[in-house]
Amino acid sequence: MSAPDDRAREAVEAAYRDEWGQVVATLIGVTGDWDLAEDCAQDAFAAALATWPRDGVPRNPGAWLTTAARNRATDRLRRDSAGAAKLRERAVLDRDPAEPPPDEIPDERLRLIFTCCHPALPFPARVALTLRTLAGLSTAEIARAFLTAEPAMAQRLVRAKRKIREAGIPYRVPPAELLPGRLAAVLAVLYLIFNEGYDDDGDEQTARRALTAEAIRLGRVLVGLMPGEPEPRGLLALMLLHEARRATRTHDGVLVTLEHQDRSRWDRALIDEGVATLDAALALARTGPYQVQAAIAACHAGAPDAASTDWPQIAALYARLAQLAPSPVVDLNRAVAVAMVDGIPAGLRMVDEVAASGLLDGYHLLPATRADLLRRAGRAAEAKEAYEQALELAPTDAERRYLASRLREL
Amino acid sequence: MKYALLICDDEQVSPSNEELAADPVHQAWQADLDRRGARLTGMRLRPIVDSTTVRVRDGETLVSDGPFAETKDFVGGIVVVECANLDEAIEIAAGHPYARWGGVEIRPIWE
Repeated sequence: MSAPDDRAREAVEAAYRDEWGQVVATLIGVTGDWDLAEDCAQDAFAAALATWPRDGVPRNPGAWLTTAARNRATDRLRRDSAGAAKLRERAVLDRDPAEPPPDEIPDERLRLIFTCCHPALPFPARVALTLRTLAGLSTAEIARAFLTAEPAMAQRLVRAKRKIREAGIPYRVPPAELLPGRLAAVLAVLYLIFNEGYDDDGDEQTARRALTAEAIRLGRVLVGLMPGEPEPRGLLALMLLHEARRATRTHDGVLVTLEHQDRSRWDRALIDEGVATLDAALALARTGPYQVQAAIAACHAGAPDAASTDWPQIAALYARLAQLAPSPVVDLNRAVAVAMVDGIPAGLRMVDEVAASGLLDGYHLLPATRADLLRRAGRAAEAKEAYEQALELAPTDAERRYLASRLREL
Repeated sequence: MKYALLICDDEQVSPSNEELAADPVHQAWQADLDRRGARLTGMRLRPIVDSTTVRVRDGETLVSDGPFAETKDFVGGIVVVECANLDEAIEIAAGHPYARWGGVEIRPIWE
C-alpha cells in the first residue's frame, strides 16, 4: 500500500472517530429513521475509503461525509415506494442534496445524546445506544465491553430504537425546565461508561478499557456543546483525574490503594487538564455533585505524597457531596476522611452508622473500609474478621489479592 | 401521538368522585388538559372488588373475581390523550393527582 493510501485511510479513521456521531445525528434529524441514518452513515464512510485515496482527503471531511450520507438516504428513500418513506423523502429533498452543505453544519449531536439518554429508555439501553449511535462503536464491540452476547446486545439496540419511534420520544434537546434532570441522566450514562472501563480487572480486556477513552471523548463533546453548563465540565474533570491514576491502580494484578500508588507515575498532563477543566466549571458558580467529586479527586492528585493530603478539605467536600447527592457510599467515603481528620474512632463510628442502616449490605467496600480503620487502630482481631468478610464479597481478582495480602500482614 | 394514561394506585386512598372533583390538583389537571386540547376520552373505573376476569383455556371459559394483574397497583382510570410526544405525555401524567401516591402508566396507542 502506498503512502497516500495510508494517509487517506488514516483520515477516514480519524473522521470516523470525530464525525460519526455528527453524521448519524444529522441524518436522524433529516430522515427521522435511526436505522436508515446508521446505514447511510456506514455507506458514507465506505465511500470515503473508496474515493479519498484516489481523489484526496476533502477539505472538510465532516461536510463531505454528511453530504454523502444524505445523498445515500435520498437514493434509498426514492427506491422505497411506501407512503411514509415518500414523506421522509420530501424532508430530505427539501434540503437540496446537490447543494454543498455549508462548512458550519449545525451540531445535531446534542439532540442525539439527549434522546439516547431519555429516562423512558432502560438504563442499559441508554448506554448501548449512546455508544452505538454517538460514539460509533459496533454492536460487537459494545457486547464485548459489557460481557454480553452480541445477539442480546443487538436486540437491546433494536428495542430501544423501536421504543423511541413507537412511544414518541422526541428527538430534541429538552426545554429549560426539563434540562437539569435530563442532563443528569446524560452524565450518568457517560460516567457509567467510564466506570465500566475503569473497573476492568487488569486482564486483557481491551474492549472494556476503550470505554474510558470513549467516555472522556464523549465528555469533551458534551462540554463543547454545552459550554455554559458546569456539571459536564465537572464530570470531564473527574474522569480525567481518575484516568491520570489508572496505570498505578494495580501492580502485578494486585490492587494498589491511593495511599500506596506511585505518584511519580500519575499522568501530569491529564491532571493539569482535569484541574483546569474543574476550575472552568467552578467559575460558572453553580456547584453540583460531579464538580465536588472532581474537587475531591483534585485534592488527591495535588498532594505530592499521601501524608500531605489535605484531609480536612476532603472531609468538607464529602460533607457537601452528602448534601448534594446523599448516598451511603458517599457517607462511607466521608467516614475515611473524617478518620484522617478527627481520628479513627470518629471514622469508625460513621462506618458503623452506615453498616447499621443496612443500605450497603453485601458491598465489599463496607467491611474493607472498616477493616482498614481497625487495622490502623491496632485492633488486629476485629480487622482480620472484617478483611475476611470483604474478601468474600470483593468482585475482582485485583481486590481479592489486595485484601488477601492485607490479611497476611496482620 | 395518542397515548392511554392508565391511572393506577393500590386503592388505599380511593377518594370519592365528589372528593376528586373538589380536589384542586384534579381541577388543575382537568384545566391543563383543556388548555392543551389533549383529552380524547377518559373514564374512571369502579374498584377492583367489582371486577371480573375472563380467560378461555382449552375452549373452557374461566371466570374469576378480581383484576387480571396480581400486582400492588391497579388501573383505576383510563384517559386517552393526543399530544406532541412522550415528553408532553409525561408532563400531563405528572399533573394527575394519583401520580403523587400511585402512578400513571403511559401506553402509546397502536395506530
